[in-house]
Amino acid sequence: MTEGLLTGLVVFVLASFVGFEVINKVPPTLHTPLMSGANAISGIAVVGALLIAGAQEWNVTTILGLIAVVLATVNVVGGFLVTDRMLQMFKKKETTT
Amino acid sequence: MNTYLNTGIELAYLTAAALFILGLKKLGSPATARNGNFLAAVGMLIAIIATLLNQSVLDYEWILVGIIAGSLIGAIAAQKVAMTDMPQMVGIFNGVGGAASSLVAVGEFWRLLDANGTVPLDATFIAILGVLIGGVTLTGSLLAFAKLQGLITGSPVTFPFQQPFNFLLLASFLAGSVYLLIQPANPAIFLTLTTISLLFGALFVLPIGGGDMPVVVSLLNSFSGLAASAVGFILYNNMLIVAGALVGASGLILTQIMCKAMNRPLTNVLFGAFGGDSVAVGGAGGAEIDKTYRSIDSEEGAMMLGYARSVVIVPGYGMAVAQAQHGVRELAAQLEKMGVDVKYAIHPVAGRMPGHMNVLLAEANVAYDRLYDMDDINTEFERVDVALVIGANDVVNPAARNDNSSPIYGMPIIDVDKAQHAIVIKRSMRTGFAGVDNELFYKDKTTMLFGSAQDVVSKLVGEVKQL
Repeated sequence: MTEGLLTGLVVFVLASFVGFEVINKVPPTLHTPLMSGANAISGIAVVGALLIAGAQEWNVTTILGLIAVVLATVNVVGGFLVTDRMLQMFKKKETTT
Repeated sequence: MNTYLNTGIELAYLTAAALFILGLKKLGSPATARNGNFLAAVGMLIAIIATLLNQSVLDYEWILVGIIAGSLIGAIAAQKVAMTDMPQMVGIFNGVGGAASSLVAVGEFWRLLDANGTVPLDATFIAILGVLIGGVTLTGSLLAFAKLQGLITGSPVTFPFQQPFNFLLLASFLAGSVYLLIQPANPAIFLTLTTISLLFGALFVLPIGGGDMPVVVSLLNSFSGLAASAVGFILYNNMLIVAGALVGASGLILTQIMCKAMNRPLTNVLFGAFGGDSVAVGGAGGAEIDKTYRSIDSEEGAMMLGYARSVVIVPGYGMAVAQAQHGVRELAAQLEKMGVDVKYAIHPVAGRMPGHMNVLLAEANVAYDRLYDMDDINTEFERVDVALVIGANDVVNPAARNDNSSPIYGMPIIDVDKAQHAIVIKRSMRTGFAGVDNELFYKDKTTMLFGSAQDVVSKLVGEVKQL
């Protein structure tokens, strides 16, 4: 059991470093899109929600899971779409100037 | 067959994680950003489909209903939201993400408790952590939303015995956690901890003022990632841990950038109850300034702008509130037609979220190579004829540079006072978010143009056309 926890911790620390390296030096113009794009990725909790909502019988867990599915999907779909909408605006100017 | 399927699912998760990293990397450059967002979305789709193939997912009907409902709400919200309301939107998305994570944490705790009558130590620990981070993200974001939307006051809210109360709450949370770790079969304690977590989120954002929202929004963004990571720990899912950690890191980087742009440590932003009603500050240093200012009308303003060689526009939250970004772009276009060189100077914390001004000006079709960062434009101000300040205040206050009694002392500012002339569009002489008087307004070469940014700018456009 603790072994799983430790592996998770290793993955977490390494991924954090990757995140810091990859995202550093983002120009201010992209701060908002980066934030809302990252926010959409945090909707990955939808995977967890699906796993606990998928059980056959109805109980507290599946109901909570279902609510979580709805909320996380709002986060994912809304987040990616709104980011794209913003980036589309940035794109437009590149061609007009 | 089953092992093949499981290996396939794991590989799909790996692909998704790789796509997230690639997507975030591409989001860092204007040319590839859109593509990056798309790649991340593809990663998400792969992760969701792979999860649906998992053997423990048996009942699809309700899940599909949930996904469709969520997608519809998300898509409509993303289409409908006005660009000026983007800080609220990002805030609320953070919140629902945090809510989803904490619901999964509660749900999984319940499942383990139901199935075994008890919950292993490490699972309990992670569940508490997940509920805490997710809960704080949820209520913190909701409160930030309420503040940004103007549902509650944007100034810091403090109440008597706030700090002792917070410490008491923290102590009871810790005590409850320890108890639960020893006696996991106690749903009542677990629910109490959940409630306290929700309270924490609200109490954490309540004393933070509107102008500090860029920090809060980025920090909550980071939290929403950490909450997702916690879910990954609960379900032993590495892909979730990776995705959450990436978001956590990106949010933290933005938080850092915002704090640096204000030259205030994060602790000061979070616990300083900065701005708003904190009167009687900055008075000492500002007392000797001559308190007379000069105001002009839009005709005179248009003449100053129209016959200038170079104009730098400094937008702030006031432009966002008045939705004046389109008018501003029109004004700039008119001026450029007359041969004026127009640039925009953007302070990193102008507005209510990181990059707020950039998004608004992009919406109004301003080319992003016309937008200059504070550091790049500050060296040029001595050669600028007119600096046009639109709804910005604290970020152009020279007191940050030369008055060490001022609460904003040390904050890097846009050196508008070094331009040949400054025109400040403002509704009244009221102080900005920090509650500090701005000596820029009383300088000889500064003129005030009173009115809502929207009205004033459209009047300016009309007047410039007639020049």
